[in-house]
Amino acid sequence: MPAVAGAERLLGEVEEAEAALREAAERALDGEASFDAVIAADQKIEPRDAMPDAYRAGLIRQIAQHAHSEIIGMQPEGNWISRAPSLRRKAILLAKVQDEAGHGLYLYAAAETLGVSRAELDTALLTGKQKYSSIFNYPTLSWADMGAIGWLVDGAAIVNQVPLCRCSYGPYARAMIRVCKEESFHQRQGYQSLYVLAQGTPEQRAMAQDAVDRWWYPSLAMFGPPDADSTHSAQSMAWKVKRFSNDELRQRFVDMCVPQAEILGVTLPDPNLTWNELRGHYDYTSPDFDELMRVVKGDGPCSRQRLAHRNRAHEDGAWVREAAAAYAAKKNRKVMA
Amino acid sequence: MTSDVPLWEVFVRPRRGLAHTHAGSLHAPDADMALRHARDLYTRRQEGVSIWVVPAAEITASSPDEKDSFFDPAADKIYRHPTFYELPEGVAHL
Repeated sequence: MPAVAGAERLLGEVEEAEAALREAAERALDGEASFDAVIAADQKIEPRDAMPDAYRAGLIRQIAQHAHSEIIGMQPEGNWISRAPSLRRKAILLAKVQDEAGHGLYLYAAAETLGVSRAELDTALLTGKQKYSSIFNYPTLSWADMGAIGWLVDGAAIVNQVPLCRCSYGPYARAMIRVCKEESFHQRQGYQSLYVLAQGTPEQRAMAQDAVDRWWYPSLAMFGPPDADSTHSAQSMAWKVKRFSNDELRQRFVDMCVPQAEILGVTLPDPNLTWNELRGHYDYTSPDFDELMRVVKGDGPCSRQRLAHRNRAHEDGAWVREAAAAYAAKKNRKVMA
Repeated sequence: MTSDVPLWEVFVRPRRGLAHTHAGSLHAPDADMALRHARDLYTRRQEGVSIWVVPAAEITASSPDEKDSFFDPAADKIYRHPTFYELPEGVAHL
């Protein structure tokens, strides 16, 4: 398979963020380490430090939403585990879905350091009080969707997440470094899986193209509303939680995908996609933001199904939690006796 | 609900010769389950050869509010560092 442009660079940026984190920790802060001084010095805020209420609340919202997305994100792909075309693909898909569970747990743990309990977070997801990424409310109709999700959805997620490795909140930055390193396997396996289909029979090629046609615009929408309409951005940038605007990251993603699509031999479903010499970027058609808002509000093709499935899984697992708690209590009594 | 499930801190020794370092935390009803969860959560890619799990409730931590008064006594004892001592020229192996 040809080399994937961009993947090495993104992994390199994760390594750099990790090095910057270590380097910032070595730098001594002059005088009192107030919240503003720590932010200004590009150092990390840690769990028990004083911080503005809005910083804490905003981070809880963002990290929780991110964690919920990982947990719900297991469903569209879980849909194809039992129907993977080979044992090898099945093992890869299982590992990927297991990683997503892991990413959700790293992120819940990071959110909990801000003083919210796991039970509160679980309830917020199960009741729909907190949202998850709207991308997971789209159906996975064919096997090629596994490739398209890996390439486009995980690709967009990585572009979004790499700058979060430099987030000012220590536990979130550390969790993101770990997540990004693991996520790059997700993107590559997706690209490779799609590449195999794109080199296959006419039917396989058509299946790959159909998957790309359906996932392209929802992937562009993952970067959120246009900068002008983004509600949380300015403060988030000032506090160094967010490092780039939605539109900057979206552009970066488009610029990465165009050459990757050419190598794949698929067409991105945008007749206006052209290189703009003046800007040094590709011009592209924006995703339908009205559709994004509808899906965010719970009216996506699979919104009800995803949440119902999560609730059912939680209820079906109750007996396991109860049995484990009963066993732990019994062992405790033995120790006491 | 998961409110009563205790929190555990996980420490992983990456390789022989290195110390256990904090990898993260997780919820588990008892130590055995915590160890198994820690393996699945923090060593899926051979990141460790040994794991410790510690009940988070058992950790006593210094308070960030008292950071200055707590650690300051060490600040004015620069004579604890070898660089404090000027040596005559020509002295080797010291």
